[in-house]
Amino acid sequence: MYNFDFEKPESVADAIAALQGEEAQALGGGQTLIPTLKQRLASPSTLVSLKGIAEMQGVCMGDDGSVCIGGATNHATVAAEAGAYPALADTAAHIGDPAVRNRGTIGGSLANNDPSACYPAAALGSGATIVTNARQIAADDYFQGMFTTALDEGEIITEVRFPVPEKANYQKFVQPASRFALVGVYVAKYADGVRVAITGASNDGVFRWAEAEAALSANFSASALDGLSLSGDDMISDLHGTGEYRAHLCAVMTKRAVAAA
Amino acid sequence: MTQVSMTVNGKAASGQVEGRTLLSSFLRDELKLTGTHVGCDTSQCGACVVHVDGIAVKSCTMLAAEADGADVSTIEGQANADGSLNVIQQAFQDHHGLQCGFCTPGMVMSAAALLKDNPKPSEQEVRDYLEGNICRCTGYHNIVKAIMAASGQDVGAIAAE
Ligand SMILES: Cc1cc2nc3c(=O)[nH]c(=O)nc-3n(C[C@H](O)[C@H](O)[C@H](O)COP(=O)(O)OP(=O)(O)OC[C@H]3O[C@@H](n4cnc5c(N)ncnc54)[C@H](O)[C@@H]3O)c2cc1C
Ligand code: FES
Ligand code: FES
Repeated sequence: MYNFDFEKPESVADAIAALQGEEAQALGGGQTLIPTLKQRLASPSTLVSLKGIAEMQGVCMGDDGSVCIGGATNHATVAAEAGAYPALADTAAHIGDPAVRNRGTIGGSLANNDPSACYPAAALGSGATIVTNARQIAADDYFQGMFTTALDEGEIITEVRFPVPEKANYQKFVQPASRFALVGVYVAKYADGVRVAITGASNDGVFRWAEAEAALSANFSASALDGLSLSGDDMISDLHGTGEYRAHLCAVMTKRAVAAA
Repeated sequence: MTQVSMTVNGKAASGQVEGRTLLSSFLRDELKLTGTHVGCDTSQCGACVVHVDGIAVKSCTMLAAEADGADVSTIEGQANADGSLNVIQQAFQDHHGLQCGFCTPGMVMSAAALLKDNPKPSEQEVRDYLEGNICRCTGYHNIVKAIMAASGQDVGAIAAE
């Protein structure tokens, strides 16, 4: 690891000021960034920890009934405290392992936008709103491809707002070495339609499966998905599974999510 | 270099660290508490698990500076006041929960964190909780058995040794 300075501000305003510095970077739980630094794939001059900012911690209910999660809230806290949205709490409870969940944060996960991460599927599948220090971004506009998001340089996620669906479920086919999703499918049924978001499969990162959404909006049952499939041509192919295999898993896991919702 | 101060196993500890100094390095190299093992250094194996403010974390994946002011406990602080093994450590010995012992500090610290929140876990809950603790020797059965026994449960029916 190259060396860097460490700062731990106590307010969003101070964090944003610290992030103006040249080559300064935000540090959430460090569960992705510290391994990246060890590999010397990043070399910030200053790391600005967001863990000391009280206003970015915790789970609360918004006036509109949505579940609001502070950007620096760790996965274990979401698992324990987001009971108003059980599928979301359950998703958080199955990220990585207990020690990872005790440090890793929702803001860090969404900012990183790993193509196999769980929270991107939950956020896109729920039509969540990503709140930053500067603006509010709809999940549909936020995810812009593998490891790419709408965030600007020095912009941080301060909160994520999830509208609570009638029913939802996340099915993760675990890649046994990394504990990430080989394929993960998040299905959520709202009064105005069903959303289906898939992680782990596409070379473009998390995406919505429009045909499945249409079929499930008409008839919310696993059988409504009979005959629907995705092409594996543009999907991730690696030693854990071919694109074709992942495409097959997408359909299977979507059905399981509907059945379990 | 910045100064950090924390409580480690009930005693005040402080030292100079760089921004990049990991909590595992601070414990092992500065404080000479080498019971915390570094197995992978890539956040996978859990040999380095310690408690920070009562919560299990991988000390190879946390900066020492981030633990400034915290209450840290490591495997060195687990024994009873008279130096005898605590309930979890004794159960690992009684049920052959270790072979080479490299993973054991992390296993014991994870087990302690689990039993604090869930004093009577099911076998499946123990296995799920140990997802981030890798052991290359035992095959896990006796580790699970030891943790179940430490929680005061009958382990007669759990997978054979
Ligand atoms: C063993 C292991 C298993 C894992 N398994 C899974 C899994 O199953 N599913 C899964 O989804 N993830 C998994 N993860 C990743 C984990 O969830 C990370 O916690 C998460 O991806 C990153 O969050 P963090 O808070 O640790 O971010 P960091 O590592 O601190 O930061 C990651 C990136 O986000 C930026 N950042 C951090 N916080 C913010 C913010 N609030 N606003 C803007 N930018 C920010 C940082 O600058 C950095 O670029 C695993 C990690 C490990 C080590
Ligand atoms: S040494 Fe920290 S997880 Fe392996
Ligand atoms: S006892 Fe050898 S690694 Fe677990």
